Amino acid sequence: MTSSNSLSCIELVELVTAYLERALSPRDRVRFEEHLAICQGCRNYLDQMQQTIALVGKLAVESVPVDAQEQLLRAFRNWKSS
Amino acid sequence: MSEVEPQPSGPMDAASASRAGAGGAGPSSAALEDDQLLVEALRRGDEAAFMRLVSAYHQALERLALVYVSTRETAEEVVQETWIGVLRGVDRFEGRSSLKTWIFRILVHTAKTHAQREGRSVPFSSLADSDPEAEEPAVEPQRFLPPDDPHWPGHWASIPRRWDEMPEQRLLSGETLAHVEQAIHELPPNQRSVIELRDIEGYTSEEVCNVLGISETNQRVLLHRARSKVRGALEVYFDEGRTKS
Repeated sequence: MTSSNSLSCIELVELVTAYLERALSPRDRVRFEEHLAICQGCRNYLDQMQQTIALVGKLAVESVPVDAQEQLLRAFRNWKSS
Repeated sequence: MSEVEPQPSGPMDAASASRAGAGGAGPSSAALEDDQLLVEALRRGDEAAFMRLVSAYHQALERLALVYVSTRETAEEVVQETWIGVLRGVDRFEGRSSLKTWIFRILVHTAKTHAQREGRSVPFSSLADSDPEAEEPAVEPQRFLPPDDPHWPGHWASIPRRWDEMPEQRLLSGETLAHVEQAIHELPPNQRSVIELRDIEGYTSEEVCNVLGISETNQRVLLHRARSKVRGALEVYFDEGRTKS
């Protein structure tokens, strides 16, 4: 690792989240992107991670069940009248 | 050409962008009015304001509660208690954190109390699975060439496949999402709570740190491990489908 300035794939995969969070130092960001530019495997890997994040995002449940809403409304009215 | 270029284009927003692209942001990311206005409305007993809060946060609260307690029933109880705690406490809310963070902290506190009653180990009560120093590689080391490889030490032994070459109906199928859900369910609680808040609910890292009381670095390590494991589970699932077909 010290002998060379460039990242290996096994190192890059540990930096993906920091890269996506823009938490890498400018120098590491450059090393990361330089590696990506020459490595199909790591480009695929980064893409898989981004697809994973997008898929996880699809689990979001948008609406509150009606019975839970009604229960909370009752709780709210109790609180208000207390 | 664009295919070979790295894509740093707003990767930070990958999760929220994909959701917006998939037909509008969920209520949890919809902008609610100013905290101060909401708090005043609640203090006045404004039912509609309360229900706006409920529809924005209720599902996320229940999801987070399920990291701490074992059954949906108990989780519902925890969330119910949280809302009552919010109403009882709203007069004391001072705005030192956002209203959202404050509500989620009440949830975490309530859920921990229930978890202890259930005799469950409580996330973030020990360093057990949040130790950033512990070895937990994102990808199995045997996927890479060994360090003594004469040409490409530490490089892919065989490169990861492209998922975008899969038919979209497979990539986005209900079965795929069930695997995602299952993989998240199997994560250690600390990792699970972080990925749920960040990538399902779309909260910022700052919000997650405040709600869970963890450092930025710890948050990132937990998120990285969680995402890496979910990716790994998906890879296994997609590869199985490939050998079958």
